[in-house]
Amino acid sequence: MPEIEFKGQKYIVDEDGFLQEPEKWSPELAEHMAKIYEGIDKLTDEHWKVINFLRDYFKKYGIAPPIRILCKTTGFSLQKIYELFPSGPANGACKVAGLPKPTGCV
Amino acid sequence: MSLELNIDELKKELEKKPWLIEELKKGPWPGFITEYERMAARKEITKRMMCQLELSYRNRTTLWKHGGAVTVKGYGGGVIGRYSMIPEIGPPSGSHTFRVNQPAGWFYKTDKLRAICEVWEKYGSGLMNLHGSTGDIILLGVDSPEVQECFENLLDVGYDLGGSGSVLRSLSCCKGPALCEWALIDTLDLYHDLTMTYQDYLHRPHWPYKFKIKISGCPNDCVAAKGRADLAVIGTWRDEIQIDQEEVRNYVKSGLDIEHIVKNCPTKAMSWDGNELKIDNKECVRCMYCINKMPKALKPGKDRGATLLLGGKATILHTAFIGWVIVPFMKIEKPYKELKELLEKMWDWWDEHGRYRERIGELVYRLGMNEFLRAVGLPAVPQMVWHPRNNPYIFWRPEELE
Repeated sequence: MPEIEFKGQKYIVDEDGFLQEPEKWSPELAEHMAKIYEGIDKLTDEHWKVINFLRDYFKKYGIAPPIRILCKTTGFSLQKIYELFPSGPANGACKVAGLPKPTGCV
Repeated sequence: MSLELNIDELKKELEKKPWLIEELKKGPWPGFITEYERMAARKEITKRMMCQLELSYRNRTTLWKHGGAVTVKGYGGGVIGRYSMIPEIGPPSGSHTFRVNQPAGWFYKTDKLRAICEVWEKYGSGLMNLHGSTGDIILLGVDSPEVQECFENLLDVGYDLGGSGSVLRSLSCCKGPALCEWALIDTLDLYHDLTMTYQDYLHRPHWPYKFKIKISGCPNDCVAAKGRADLAVIGTWRDEIQIDQEEVRNYVKSGLDIEHIVKNCPTKAMSWDGNELKIDNKECVRCMYCINKMPKALKPGKDRGATLLLGGKATILHTAFIGWVIVPFMKIEKPYKELKELLEKMWDWWDEHGRYRERIGELVYRLGMNEFLRAVGLPAVPQMVWHPRNNPYIFWRPEELE
């Protein structure tokens, strides 16, 4: 498994960069992951609104929310979410939020 | 996965010759191994894909991992992520698939095809499949570091990614008026218009699952829309079949067995008295049988449009479904406002009520056609048969009963 290094500590991620040890997630690590994976220099309040909602929802239900609920709750259009996280809600926002990789499907 | 993968042993296995995939070069049908070998001589990733394929056959199992989240910036679909279980032998950093949106009716200029090939040979394995069952060009095998740049180069050629995942999939249409005398609607223009209108839905997953639209110009349904598309748009007519009696007689004179054709009409709507062919158009189900048999004598009517069918799909949550008529006849004319409004209402309802990975046809099956019709504002009509010779029974709602 690949690793990323941040502040002297190593974090195991999968091939797509999803954190394998969710308990190690921290807001500082999220800032770092946003930088290396999404090219975001500084996470804004809008980014955090998405990240916090994703984490809360996941804690409550054990899965990532459907896109519809993410948009409704945050009040952001899907386009806006792609502007915030260029790789999109699953591959971008969920990754930065430390959620497991959504099981994709062709 | 119970298979124990020992890399050293797998490497040894590869030294045993001949390889099993050599078998695929034999027989009357051209296999893909020759193409693999040609590209493997030039591209490392293709060589590794071939090694992995051989080991898959020897071990009778796939050596691809499940899942993979690979995207290009701004898109959620179009790239299908695949990683090897044996990166020491197979592709080390993924062998992802690109779906490239095909042009309407699959018409290409050769210089564009060459340009796509060049991009793919530079960044990917050089192997492609024209076309996948969705209709896209399938480019097989690109590793993670090359994905973004490969995509940008394809854009420069003038091609965009198609759909994958829970998006509006790349549409599909028959060659229609470009090639075919039976085209009753302009399939190519409708395809292009809907593709351009719904770019956002095509690239960015919104929904519980995928949604496919396929457009056939006539009931011959050459893109097999009714069995595969969540929304099948199939050209049809609502007036009378045009008959040229002189040409019918010519067919008979030249030996056509017209009694056989009359007998085979599924609704027995035809009769032949030795001089004149009669068609009872009220009974005609637009199957195209007689028109296909006597193309010079019979033509579809002049008042043309399309029938819309909902829910065709292969087995997933439920068994395979064939499309269910929701609109027996709709005029299909630019800017396709009526069709688009219906589509958007359908998507809203499905998105609101659909479960994870539930196709719209399955949702209609679960909640009932009645619920669907109310949600999208369509009237219940007799043409909405669920199976042939089967009454769909539109029930009253409790609040409508006294």
